Amino acid sequence: MNPLSLSGISKHFGGIVAIERFDLEVEAGEVVALVGDNGAGKSTLVRIISGVHQPTDGEIRLAGERVAFRDASDARANGVEVVYQDLALVDLQPVYMNLFLGRELRRKPFGLLDRAEMARQTQQLVDDLDVRIPTAKAALGDLSGGQRQAIAIARATHWASRLVLMDEPTAALGVAETAKVEELILKLKARGAAVLVVSHNMEQVFRIADRVTVLRRGRQVGTKRVAETSHNELVSMITGLSS
Amino acid sequence: MTIAPTQAPAEKGVQLVVRSWRNYVVYVGFVVVFLYFAATQGASFLNGTTLVNIVTQATPITIMAVGTVFVLSLGEIDLSIGSTVALAALTAAATLQVSGAWWIAALAGLAVGAAVGLVNGLFVTVMRLPSFLVTLATMGLVAGLAQQVTNLQSVPVTDAAFGWLLGGGTLLGIPILIWWSAVAAVIGWHVLRQRRFGAHVLAVGNNASAARVSGIKVTRVRIAVFMLSGTTAALAGLLYAGRLAGATYTLGTTDLMSVLAAVIVGGTALTGGKASMIGAVVGSLFMSMINYGLLLAGLTVAQQEIVRGVIILIAVSLSLRGKKGS
Ligand SMILES: Nc1ncnc2c1ncn2[C@@H]1O[C@H](COP(=O)(O)OP(=O)(O)O)[C@@H](O)[C@H]1O
Ligand SMILES: [Mg+2]
Repeated sequence: MNPLSLSGISKHFGGIVAIERFDLEVEAGEVVALVGDNGAGKSTLVRIISGVHQPTDGEIRLAGERVAFRDASDARANGVEVVYQDLALVDLQPVYMNLFLGRELRRKPFGLLDRAEMARQTQQLVDDLDVRIPTAKAALGDLSGGQRQAIAIARATHWASRLVLMDEPTAALGVAETAKVEELILKLKARGAAVLVVSHNMEQVFRIADRVTVLRRGRQVGTKRVAETSHNELVSMITGLSS
Repeated sequence: MTIAPTQAPAEKGVQLVVRSWRNYVVYVGFVVVFLYFAATQGASFLNGTTLVNIVTQATPITIMAVGTVFVLSLGEIDLSIGSTVALAALTAAATLQVSGAWWIAALAGLAVGAAVGLVNGLFVTVMRLPSFLVTLATMGLVAGLAQQVTNLQSVPVTDAAFGWLLGGGTLLGIPILIWWSAVAAVIGWHVLRQRRFGAHVLAVGNNASAARVSGIKVTRVRIAVFMLSGTTAALAGLLYAGRLAGATYTLGTTDLMSVLAAVIVGGTALTGGKASMIGAVVGSLFMSMINYGLLLAGLTVAQQEIVRGVIILIAVSLSLRGKKGS
């Protein structure tokens, strides 16, 4: 049973057809890239899988089981983690609070926040993933863009039990920071997670993905093994122009 | 996504110093003003009675400041607290006359405050209206109700237990009002710093959509905070009724400014996500000390209000500069 299987997913916003009959399987330990032009429906698809939007039609199965999430926290509770394009992080809080946002650790018997333990686990996680930050107690807003994205991915890594979705995780990053984030994605894959990553960057798709699926104005144009396609072929699938 | 600009370490160091200095404004200000009054007024300021009075006069402000810290932490504002003071006090006093039981009266007063908060919270969340407008409207509405229900009459409070517990009592030699301030401050700090609820309030105030996708029940948090704010205002009303042995519709009318000034001077950002409970409590004592000192110095009520207004302007500019710099 694959961690994620989508069949016939459609989404209409009023009269706008954002997604039309989308099918995809993502295996454990596999990275699938989702590519397409601006407005093709990539973010919408991520939001459907993560429970932010409900599909107008179609089926979502996690490990074979049909699911219908009410909201994002419902999806999270079912082991789906998302790294959002507009980082879902809280700048004024420490790094460790961001890692545990909505799932804070508490100490018995009075249920007080266990800040020390959250900071300890965060430090261990960032050390394991080789993410360099001054300290887990630093305010998130004091970190660089790459560090913040790394924290968002570390959070997903920490909590994901089967599936991680990423919406343009390196869109705002420099070369070195992008390399770091790609390394984290490959670590996630090595841990056996299923990863669906939205990307604008063809070189990146060839570096990290096993397969790639193409959306054009809400329609799924095709799905290819990365080893069996080329940059030119993908570009013509995205644009609809033959090369 | 914003990427923090790369800065020279020295520049960042200077910024850190400026930022942390801003966090301590209230403590520095408190000491400076204290020393100023002590130096200029000598024993008429520096005596036990005066110092106790400063704390007990501050009590309603301190308690409302605790609620307001949560409201501002959310990035919202509650302008209705001043009029809720009067309505809750009148409700309690009137209930006391009917029931004769201090605790029923107190609960009735608190319930009125919670209800005003619930209305505010529902309009802000369900109707998605700005809290500034919602609470501006309920401020007027509640003030009108307070005048209507008693027909502008004041209602005396003669119950001994009510008067002791919420006004003139002492416990272990310490005035009961100081106990109320201390308990409110400690509970407020505890909930803000040591409870999930506090962490969620700060997260919602900083980035509501991040909080939502993280599974935080944003609407519930917002409504709860407005109810907390209304309830602290009601408690302040009960304490006025207890101390003054009666309630009138004019109670609390000037408190809104003092409370906001106390909380903002204390380092809580108007823009949400950043709070200091201890700063707010010290801020309320600071405001009380200024009121008292200006009174001793012979300033009129009008002059006192002018000075308070100037302090709020300074506090707000510091608070907004803090946001831009971070
Ligand atoms: N909440 C929404 N309401 C209405 N239309 C939407 C909404 N979200 C997305 N759309 C539309 O769906 C289409 C796909 O958008 P999106 O998924 O953001 O594209 P991408 O991420 O591929 O750039 C666009 O035409 C966009 O305007
Ligand atoms: Mg997008």
